[in-house]
Amino acid sequence: MSQIPALIPTSLLLASLVALLVGLKSHRAAHLIALAGAVVAFVCSLLGLQAVIQGDGEAIRYAMGAWVPPIGIEFVLDSLAAYMVTLITFIGVMVLIYAPRSLAFETPGRQGMVYPSMTLVLAGLVGMCLTGDVFNLYVFLEIAALAAYALLAIGDRGAPVATLRYLLFGAVGGGFYLLGVAYLYFAAGTVNMADLSMRLPELMESQAVIVAAVLMVVGLGVKMALFPFHLWLPDVYTNAPSVSAGLIAPIMTKVSAYAIIRLFLDVFPPGFFTESLPIATTIGWVSAAGIVFGSVLAIAQHDYRRMLAYSSVGQLGYIGLGIGLANPLGMIGGLLHILNHALMKGLLFMIGGAVRLRFGTTKIPEYVGVGRAMPWTMVAFTVGVLAMVGIPPTAGFFSKWYLLLGAADAGAWIWFAVIIVSSLLSAIYFFRVVEMIYRDPETDSAVADHEPREAGEAPASMFWPITIMATAVMAVGIFNVLIVSALLERIVAPLGG
Amino acid sequence: MMDLLLDNRALVAILVSALAAVAVALTGEKRRNLRESWTVLAALAKFGIVFSMVPGVLAGERYEVNLLQISPGLELALKVDPAGILFAMSASFLWILTSFYAFGYMRGGGEHKQTRFFAWLAVCLSATIGICFSANLLTFVLFYEILSVATYPLVIHAGSEKAYRIGRQYLVYAITAGIALVAGTVLIQNAAGTLDFVAGGFLEAEMGTGLLWAVFVCFFIGFGVKAGVMPIHSWLPNAMIAPTPVSALLHAVAVVKAGVFGFVRLVGYTFGPDLMGAIGAAAVLAVFAGGTILLASFIALTKDDLKARLAYSTVGHLSYIVLGVALLAPQAMLGAAFHMVTHAAMKITLFFCAGAIYIHTGKKKVSQLDGIGHQMPLTLTAFGVGAVGLAGVPLVGGFISKWYLAAGAIDAGALVFLGVLLVSGILNAAYLLPIVTRAFFRRSPDHVKLDEASALMTVPIALTMVLSILLGVFPDAIFRFFSLSEAIVASVTGVTFGAMP
Repeated sequence: MSQIPALIPTSLLLASLVALLVGLKSHRAAHLIALAGAVVAFVCSLLGLQAVIQGDGEAIRYAMGAWVPPIGIEFVLDSLAAYMVTLITFIGVMVLIYAPRSLAFETPGRQGMVYPSMTLVLAGLVGMCLTGDVFNLYVFLEIAALAAYALLAIGDRGAPVATLRYLLFGAVGGGFYLLGVAYLYFAAGTVNMADLSMRLPELMESQAVIVAAVLMVVGLGVKMALFPFHLWLPDVYTNAPSVSAGLIAPIMTKVSAYAIIRLFLDVFPPGFFTESLPIATTIGWVSAAGIVFGSVLAIAQHDYRRMLAYSSVGQLGYIGLGIGLANPLGMIGGLLHILNHALMKGLLFMIGGAVRLRFGTTKIPEYVGVGRAMPWTMVAFTVGVLAMVGIPPTAGFFSKWYLLLGAADAGAWIWFAVIIVSSLLSAIYFFRVVEMIYRDPETDSAVADHEPREAGEAPASMFWPITIMATAVMAVGIFNVLIVSALLERIVAPLGG
Repeated sequence: MMDLLLDNRALVAILVSALAAVAVALTGEKRRNLRESWTVLAALAKFGIVFSMVPGVLAGERYEVNLLQISPGLELALKVDPAGILFAMSASFLWILTSFYAFGYMRGGGEHKQTRFFAWLAVCLSATIGICFSANLLTFVLFYEILSVATYPLVIHAGSEKAYRIGRQYLVYAITAGIALVAGTVLIQNAAGTLDFVAGGFLEAEMGTGLLWAVFVCFFIGFGVKAGVMPIHSWLPNAMIAPTPVSALLHAVAVVKAGVFGFVRLVGYTFGPDLMGAIGAAAVLAVFAGGTILLASFIALTKDDLKARLAYSTVGHLSYIVLGVALLAPQAMLGAAFHMVTHAAMKITLFFCAGAIYIHTGKKKVSQLDGIGHQMPLTLTAFGVGAVGLAGVPLVGGFISKWYLAAGAIDAGALVFLGVLLVSGILNAAYLLPIVTRAFFRRSPDHVKLDEASALMTVPIALTMVLSILLGVFPDAIFRFFSLSEAIVASVTGVTFGAMP
């Protein structure tokens, strides 16, 4: 059991390496190896999650190579890390099951490179969540980023340029973060999170620590695509293959959000981000702006993927608001939204890929008749939409519920209003698509002459991940209390009751 | 097994039509008699279950079901009380009649996508009963939102550009209402730490007038949209583009009454009449309701489209109930509760008639109805009964509810609202009775012979007509609607009336 923190990233790294070698010969074999690696990582994550919950939140620590910190690098599986890695590996497994048919259609001939990149992204992301070391977090962040650039760049014609812009933003964000780590190291003499949390309370007034905190949070904010650093995001998601977008959009930006939350809760002393350096409030305001901005622009989009991308800009703002509120309920809302949004957005991108496979289009006005051709997929789509809008009992409702409770508790009425208004805006841009897919192609005058390429639902390898994700969106909503009481309440304990 | 079902009757009553929706969707158009039988079975079962709880509720029993926690400390919970079961009784009973009527209507009109139609109708009924039996605000919000969403496919049923446009308007109104409701619920949870409905209210004046007003405004929007309170009513007349069974059951009974029922829960079970009066919110609500009654009645006068006229009549009558609640006088509350039932019976009769006329003759406008009484005498007789009932003529249900509303207005010393009630009674007669006289006493331009719509439609029409009269002559017969209304008032205000009228 104590090896679990190490097993999760290593199984993914190993799978990535083998898939890379095999992928030159056979992309099918590469797929199977990548999938196997992800499944192993997911099972380990589940075991770890169970162990953490049963151990009342007691962290499982693993010193890499038996080098004890502060010299060696420590991997820590606590409630927050277990929550994140379970989510990441779950999405990974789903997308990997989904991937082959979609890739064969969208990026024929290049699949061999995709699978190792996907597992490498996953390895980087779980590494970020598991590491107990702020410098090592940077290393994993760059691993994930580099692999992600590769994944995104193989998309449509505009993809390389869009990805280059992402790379530049990512490099700046990573650079800021690394600079912050350096300041922190000089001020506190360690990069181990547990050690930092013990030393920093004495250094709360230190200029170096304050500069470090600002640099780290800003860097991660850029990586998280927090408004106004979201500029790279719409183009990237629009041009990426459905598989890449389905993997990156749900979890990549969230892990940067995770890193901010980790700094907030477990590295810097309580109150540091709210009193010594009131950056939490700034994050909240920036997020509120992002929510409004993303939601409004999403309304104007005709391309399904671009609409989802702007929606992501807005939805990331919810997570930011949770951080900004800095009270237990708000933070629970933000954390729950990491999970909810990953499930919803993953689901919606996967459905976009399935529709593209059958109808050859990603333009919303050409979605007429999809509801008839792919009825069950569109039921799943409707579930995703209801969750994005926040209709109970889907998952999306409950993150907003906790955020609203948090905002009311903090008396943050403008943020309260932003959450309210943005739900209405999401309803506008999402129900537009629902209306389109359920229009009748035979009687409808607005119909574009888009015949399905092949009739019927998506192939089973795409259909079932979609179905499972849609079910998860419902289940996480209805049983959210299990997650909140077993994990999230424990995670936000440093904020006080 | 049987015990489990009996103990959880409130839940079963909700689920039975959700299951029927699945069965309907899976059966499909090819075996439509089988498909229809699911609807009938579910409707009968639902009513039977609800009806079986009436004696217990009147005897003071409260059937409770706690499902699971949906937020720490907040249960998804059901509780059957007099207010809930009153609404559930009327909705579930009228669903039976509407089902048969809808078979006749949809087949007679050769409507498309009938499977989708019946499936979503069943979902709407599930959500409505869920609203009836919700034990706390969060559960209420959950079902309220489901109802909003489930109505959308029915509103856009026609599939025309106009229907989609109206559907969009409907959604914007419904989602706004839902969000306002969520906001209000959050405010209450934050301030009071509980969301459980309590007869007589659970909010305290200590929470501060500002906060209480904010809560009231949120709920006013949330419930006012569905209840068609002006100026946030305009989705309702437009939603008449839906097939007539939807207009009849959802937009005269289930959906709109869910909004009105929300006001009952708000005034009687959340704020409590005393607090509503103390902060002045009741007066504001009464003014909005009174204004709506008059304006809607005047607008109804100008409408030549029969369904549009009925829609504005609905807008007005919904506000009768809101007004009755807002006056805070026990008698007015009694009238309001009873009017939920009588208006349902009378208005559904009128809509059924309008639909039968349309499907059978293609006529939609009042001005086309000259002499139609000779062609469809039963239909138009039923229409006449509904019309005089809404106008408040004795021996039809509407008289009794209006009587108590008026008595309540006098009790509350609000003579203005007594005037509103009287004027609108006259207006009711003015916009409905000419239709009847026109139908019977004018000569039709066409050659007319006796020719009613199919029995699937005329029998439900006859039954709702009989129900309207029954409510006026024996208000407490069979269904115990009057006793239930009294029980609501007794639990909220502590006032009992004792003897029957």
